[in-house]
Amino acid sequence: MLAYRAGTPILAGQFLAEVAAASAALGGGVNVLNVCTDRYRFAVGLAAALASGKVSLLPSTRTPAVIAHLKRFAPDAVCLTDEDECDIDLPLVRFPGGSASVPGAASFAARVPRIEAGQRAAWVFTSGSTGTPVPHEKTFGGLLECISVQAQRLGLDPGVSYAIVATVPAQHMYGFEASVLLPLASGNALSAERPFYPADICAALARAPRPRVLITTPIHLRALMGANAPIPDTDLIVSATAALSGQLASEVEQRCRTRLLEIYGTTETGSIAARRTTETPEWRLWPEVTLEARAGETWARGGHVGQPTRLCDVIEVTGRDRFLLHGRVADLVNIAGKRSSLAYLDHQLNSIPGVLDGAFFHCDAAGGDAAVTRVGACVVAPGLDAAAIAAELRRRIDPVFLPRPLLLVASLPRTSTGKLPQEALRSLAATPPKPSTAG
Amino acid sequence: MSDNVSSLRQPADSAAVAALTRELAGLIVAALNLEVPAADIGPDQPLYGEGLGLDSIDILEIALVVSKQYGVQLRADSEDNERIFASLRHLAEYVNAHRTK
Repeated sequence: MLAYRAGTPILAGQFLAEVAAASAALGGGVNVLNVCTDRYRFAVGLAAALASGKVSLLPSTRTPAVIAHLKRFAPDAVCLTDEDECDIDLPLVRFPGGSASVPGAASFAARVPRIEAGQRAAWVFTSGSTGTPVPHEKTFGGLLECISVQAQRLGLDPGVSYAIVATVPAQHMYGFEASVLLPLASGNALSAERPFYPADICAALARAPRPRVLITTPIHLRALMGANAPIPDTDLIVSATAALSGQLASEVEQRCRTRLLEIYGTTETGSIAARRTTETPEWRLWPEVTLEARAGETWARGGHVGQPTRLCDVIEVTGRDRFLLHGRVADLVNIAGKRSSLAYLDHQLNSIPGVLDGAFFHCDAAGGDAAVTRVGACVVAPGLDAAAIAAELRRRIDPVFLPRPLLLVASLPRTSTGKLPQEALRSLAATPPKPSTAG
Repeated sequence: MSDNVSSLRQPADSAAVAALTRELAGLIVAALNLEVPAADIGPDQPLYGEGLGLDSIDILEIALVVSKQYGVQLRADSEDNERIFASLRHLAEYVNAHRTK
């Protein structure tokens, strides 16, 4: 069993046939932006790309500005989509429809492609500080190495096939690893749907055969607990993108009669640590990965991470393979697993014609326990209104980073040395004389 | 069940929906910490994207409020889902027809 759609199994033979059809459809270029919303079709597109030596592009968002950057980065890129309407400005390749012919058993083994460990499987992107997304290479071997540790650390029995249901998109690094690669590479079955509302999540779990796993986030878990609906027994729940509170973790374990594990990772490194939140606040690193402190920053290296990579969290190393998380570094913005930096957002804001000066700020001081922490912005732009600025920002940055509030001000509260303290921006936003907001 | 309920409520529907529209505006502004006053949200203004500017995180939050307050469980696989969030009035109509409390 390779996958389920609406509870109906999809077998490996059909998968291979669809991979062959998708490979043919993708044509001669090397780079593929795979935006399939159906997780099974995304997996087919990924496997088709791998089998024909192509590279999947996984940008963190798909605003027109990011697509324009992708075209410069990979001029041959095509966009594989399973939607009828797709407004991405790249040559579109429709996911092949119809029923692909399923090979007989004799040709089955011959059609399983062999992929070298060193093959470049994907480019993932993080937002740099200068307004240009920064690419990070993912090799097939590196991804598999990470996933094999993930499967062990999640306690998945290698002799058992789990049905894996996920509320996260296949294109986000966490979803890419845990909801696509983990099922494909460790003999488990992925679920094509992406349930959203609590009632959808319950229905998707109920349809999935046991043992079943839910790959999700604190936002979905909080909604699930708040909905007061009966939750089907689930053998394992995995959460990532932001740390869970101990209280929510306990409630989830009790109400779902399950174990809840959290994964820690970044787009650059993939997953590197896990913890069972009800047992310990300490994260345990993957065995080959180590952390080192350098001038107040924490860097990960080794194992699938390879070269030293800076982590954008405040980390206290508590043992050889253990650490505690103490929130974000000042510049980092993480909203629902989408990551950016204040510097990047400021750059985008200030590149809008008519904006004379502008700065984003965190709406809460410490990055506390609120379910979602938004960002706000103060803008000096005499000829523009807030709606026009919001519309321009919408073209440039992911909607989760759109400022709330967006305040038009006469000047920014800079200090005599030109610095712009976050606290001063928050105060300005908290006591607006007559704010004009984007709504 | 919900169909029977909505037909029974038919005569008072428009008044009920109008009241619910105002009530939902207040609940949404409070739940999402929006800057805009509840009274300024037009009943036909789109909630998503260019309108009120809400995103899927907000929609999940609204679903939570609607479930707690009115006992309505929203489903993405229902064909209504896109229409429900087209505007405050559509959301109010849906809640009015499906509320259990």
